[in-house]
Amino acid sequence: MTGYILKRLLSAIPVLFGITVIVFLIMALIPGDPATAILGSYATPENVAKLNRDLGLDKPLVQQYFIWLGNMLQGDFGTSFALNRPVIDEVLERFNGTLVLAGTAFVLCSVLGVVAGVISAANQYGLADKAITFVVLLGISIPSFFLGMMMILFFAVNLRWFPVSGMWPIYGDRTFSVLLTHLAMPAFALAVVATGVVARLSRSAMLEVLRQDFIRTARAKGVHERGVIWRHALKAAMVSIIPVLGIQAGFVLSGAVYIEIVFQWPGVGRMLVDAILKRDILLVQGGVVFVAACYVLFNIMVDVAQSLLDPRIKT
Amino acid sequence: MTKALKLTDLSKTFPVGRSLFGKSTGSVKAVHPLSLSVEQGETLGIVGESGCGKSTLARMLVGLLPPTTGQIEIEGAALDTADPAAFGKRIQYVFQDPISSLNPRKTIRQIMEAPLKRLHQMPAEARRKRISEIFESVNLREEFLDRYPHEFSGGQAQRIGIARALAANARILILDEPVSALDVSVQAQVLNLLADLRKTFDLTYLFISHDLAVVEAVSDRIAVLYFGSVVEIGPAEEVFAAPKHPYTKLLADSAPVVGRALTPPEAEGTELPDPLNPPPGCAFSARCPRASETCRAKAPRLTPVGASSEVACFHPLSE
Amino acid sequence: MTSFLTLLARNRLALAGGIVLSLVVLLALLTPVLPLADPDVTNTSNRFQPIFSDGAVLGTDHLGRDLLSRLMWGTRLSLAVGFAAAIVAATIGAGIGIVAGYYGGRIDNIIMRGVDMLMAFPYILLALAIVAALGPGLFNALIAVSAVNVPFFARNIRGITVGIAHKEFVDAARLAGLSNTRIILSEILPNVIPVIVIAMSTTIGWMILETAGLSFLGLGSQPPQADLGSMLGEARSALIANPHTSIVPGVMILIIVMSINLLGDGVRDALDPRLKSGALSRPMAATRVDRAEQPPAPTDQGLLEVKALETQFHIKDRIYRAVGGVDLSVEKGECLGIIGESGSGKSVTALSFMGLVASPPGVITGGAAYYEGEDLIGAPYKRLRDMRGRNVSYIFQDPLATLHPLYRVGDQLIEAIRAHRPIGREEGRAKAVELLNAVRIPNAEKRISDYPHEMSGGMRQRVGIAMALANDPDIIIADEPTTALDVTVQAQVLTILDDLRRSRGLAIVFITHDFGVVAQLCDRVAVMYAGRVVETGGTGDILDAPRHPYTARLMACVPELGGGKRRLEAIPGLPPVVDNLPAGCAFADRCDRAQDACRSGDIALAQTGNHAVRCLYPVAQEEIA
Repeated sequence: MTGYILKRLLSAIPVLFGITVIVFLIMALIPGDPATAILGSYATPENVAKLNRDLGLDKPLVQQYFIWLGNMLQGDFGTSFALNRPVIDEVLERFNGTLVLAGTAFVLCSVLGVVAGVISAANQYGLADKAITFVVLLGISIPSFFLGMMMILFFAVNLRWFPVSGMWPIYGDRTFSVLLTHLAMPAFALAVVATGVVARLSRSAMLEVLRQDFIRTARAKGVHERGVIWRHALKAAMVSIIPVLGIQAGFVLSGAVYIEIVFQWPGVGRMLVDAILKRDILLVQGGVVFVAACYVLFNIMVDVAQSLLDPRIKT
Repeated sequence: MTKALKLTDLSKTFPVGRSLFGKSTGSVKAVHPLSLSVEQGETLGIVGESGCGKSTLARMLVGLLPPTTGQIEIEGAALDTADPAAFGKRIQYVFQDPISSLNPRKTIRQIMEAPLKRLHQMPAEARRKRISEIFESVNLREEFLDRYPHEFSGGQAQRIGIARALAANARILILDEPVSALDVSVQAQVLNLLADLRKTFDLTYLFISHDLAVVEAVSDRIAVLYFGSVVEIGPAEEVFAAPKHPYTKLLADSAPVVGRALTPPEAEGTELPDPLNPPPGCAFSARCPRASETCRAKAPRLTPVGASSEVACFHPLSE
Repeated sequence: MTSFLTLLARNRLALAGGIVLSLVVLLALLTPVLPLADPDVTNTSNRFQPIFSDGAVLGTDHLGRDLLSRLMWGTRLSLAVGFAAAIVAATIGAGIGIVAGYYGGRIDNIIMRGVDMLMAFPYILLALAIVAALGPGLFNALIAVSAVNVPFFARNIRGITVGIAHKEFVDAARLAGLSNTRIILSEILPNVIPVIVIAMSTTIGWMILETAGLSFLGLGSQPPQADLGSMLGEARSALIANPHTSIVPGVMILIIVMSINLLGDGVRDALDPRLKSGALSRPMAATRVDRAEQPPAPTDQGLLEVKALETQFHIKDRIYRAVGGVDLSVEKGECLGIIGESGSGKSVTALSFMGLVASPPGVITGGAAYYEGEDLIGAPYKRLRDMRGRNVSYIFQDPLATLHPLYRVGDQLIEAIRAHRPIGREEGRAKAVELLNAVRIPNAEKRISDYPHEMSGGMRQRVGIAMALANDPDIIIADEPTTALDVTVQAQVLTILDDLRRSRGLAIVFITHDFGVVAQLCDRVAVMYAGRVVETGGTGDILDAPRHPYTARLMACVPELGGGKRRLEAIPGLPPVVDNLPAGCAFADRCDRAQDACRSGDIALAQTGNHAVRCLYPVAQEEIA
């Protein structure tokens, strides 16, 4: 097992390396030079040239890349000019917020999605199946940002059940229950699409498995139908559901960008959009690389979970 | 006399496992160096259980798989190119699963035309004529030509597969389990058709199967494959009637035969050796009642026994 | 193509989606010629007009622009960008996927590493990075959305291509002299296109959402031009005071995406061949029973007595009579062989006893199976479950598919016991070892913690037998248990079964197509053809002197070891398809003894002593000699 984890971690190194190359290349496409963007269009040519030198932008591209990579490996992601603060500090602080939001949504969508999918498949063409299929269809068709806005309008403004936005109240205690009331709406809005996708896939994975011969064997043994569905079938279906959960984690992380903006949630997504609009290149670069790296690590965990479930994967 | 097909030291090794850098960490010898020859007009049966390398051998013979070592000679001329199209005119293949060997989105006519067009550059009118001739010879109605594969039963689809192989005008056919996917009542029809075609077109067959009785019924000579090697080869009427290799005897004794009582032919629980870690000596030695120290240390070579048989065994069975 | 459209139209939800989508697309196309206000003319004095106000049916936005007009123009833009992104992503992705999947090896490796790299990003990070580099704008958003979706298509299509490239018809094309390019175009592509269409139809909605999302963030369409996403983005600040400015574009996105998804699901279902045949239905816990008539009463013959059993498959509007009135019985300790070709109904008969025929589409429409006088067919599920594995147990054909791949074999054995009585950990383990020893698996203590894939075929089938023995049943139904095994392994497994039956007094119903196996194992045989028993009697009687022409000819056309090279006595023609059985004898068309009388009316199973035959002109004894 440890060998397998080690092997997966090692194999992540080229992927992480590739991620930095892709991000660096995309950023190198940016027309004009960042120094002008930082200093504004009134900057003197001398100042621009000096800043370019300071940032290492006068060197060849390959050299620039390795300088950037080397700095990152030492934890130096550069300084955000718009915020005037080290990129890594800002990213870490914001990532915390995203983690709370996306993590909750991910748990929600995994549990609800799988359960809904199993129930749907077990009652194929029945009332529960039809109801779930309809709700799921609605869920994957509604833009999460629109759903979030409607939830604010209805649950926060009209019913006053939840606060309109933010992660914490401006005044007052930062307790867990306060966090929950703030978290409820954004986490739900974020989870809806992914829940729909997971439910659909779980349903079809379950239907696929339920036709297998080993299900007939379980029934022939006299195993109770509950055991057939929730143990035999679900365990086998998880083999195809788990990789999708890994992909959905990426979608939840992506959707968080919209939800953070709608709910004014202090997360890394909102930070990135602001940074793009302000052309704060280093912050964009640092944020993208950091989040992507975290996602790569998360996917290694998914693979490990998969190998624990399925003994046929060579460890 | 030139042989229709001659194999010299043909072998295939597959890499297995992947290290971090994409290098293979081990290898499996699917077919050990093997030499065989088939006379013009002869049917050589190749029989073996799963994992004995018979399909790998078949795919090498038609160029779908490049051999690791050795060479293939067809009618005296060496073929060392791995280009399937060059093989196609001389040697053709009939697949095990008749349905999946036909493209579901093409009509039978399109399927039949491909070898005529690509291998023989035949013009349209000639193709039409040739296809009707071939269909006639495999007892298929021409109206089938404009249908799609899913409209046919297994037996019909296998006839189409045979017709396609004939269209290439090759004189050697590799028949890879051609009837094992068919029902017994249809199986006999296809086997008889194959026998008729062989006579009509003077074809040479390599008939691969796991079914001893079928192989015996269609072959002139039979080669028994075990763990990637030929362990015995001889005339069809002798191989199972008077087996010389202990494995051949085990096969013959295991086949269920009407009128023979059910007795376990060997001690239970014996299995094929691990291909990743093959034994140094005879691959059958662990299961063999006659095995000696020599067998476990050294692999026996195929040596002539009697008039027309060869056997790879240090202690062959005599009458 | 037409059949595809009719299938699609039959799906009412897809039809509704298609109609709504066509309407939206039509309106979007007509927008330039409709009498609408200019979408970009601002009139701040007229801002935030409510819905249904004069001159502005949907009201106005924060700059006083007509919402209806902006909605129509925005829809037009969103649709165009969404479709364009989907087509670009699908084309590039499919191209990459096909090349990687077909050529395999190093090309595949390099391409897929690149794809993996792109998929290592949560998609929006990549899209944001691209937009950050190219600058905000609708066209750049289109590029970003296409680019992040290319890897999904590439990976999906590659998987399908790998599957197709290994199909035998591709090998056949290669042997027919086709070049690689030609194989890709004429063999691979036509088989991949349905998958591309499915992938596209199920992702267009998603692409529209994504482009709307980028516009919502202010990174897509730039003012004054607006697509639906940027309309929502602009309206967000006025959400609480003037919600209609948000609701209007939001609902429009919902309508578009939902109708696309409905249509997309319909397209997928219509193109999926498995759905056509109803193969994706989930089998229920027990076969559906729908008996029109009261089943015949038991006559107290043996342990298991089957009376006039009828099982059908209802697929679409066709009825396949897989089992058309079968009578059988098994005594305690007896081995009954059921022999027949595929489609003869032998397996379905055996699966019907315990309600294990997949349903849908299977339905038991008549007859009874009495176990010690109790009708199993009519039994409630609870009773059936209780008897499964305890009184009657099964051994199936392919042991790799019939054992659960993710549970250790020991646990599967223990579960078989636990389904019927509580058993502790230690006792369960001991019992599992005992069972494996009973089927002569060497090293049973160690092998109980193996997974099925770690065992050989023969060992797996022994586990299958051990599982059937777990609760000391009276009857074991073995459905072609050795067909998937090699001959040497088959001999071992048959010996084990035979020994167990003698030592434990088990009754066995053994289903096979092999006369040799029947001869070695069974006391009595029933020969089935087209869903009915055509001949039954003692094994020796039937094998020595078959009376039904089908039995006789079937035996003659099977080569037997020791016969030497010879011509086989083939039976002409094909077995009938059971959804269209002829009147009278189903074998008549292939039989050289058939007379007119054979082709009309029901032919009864005529009993003489222990031997019964369903034939008007049976083979006489002297003919065989």
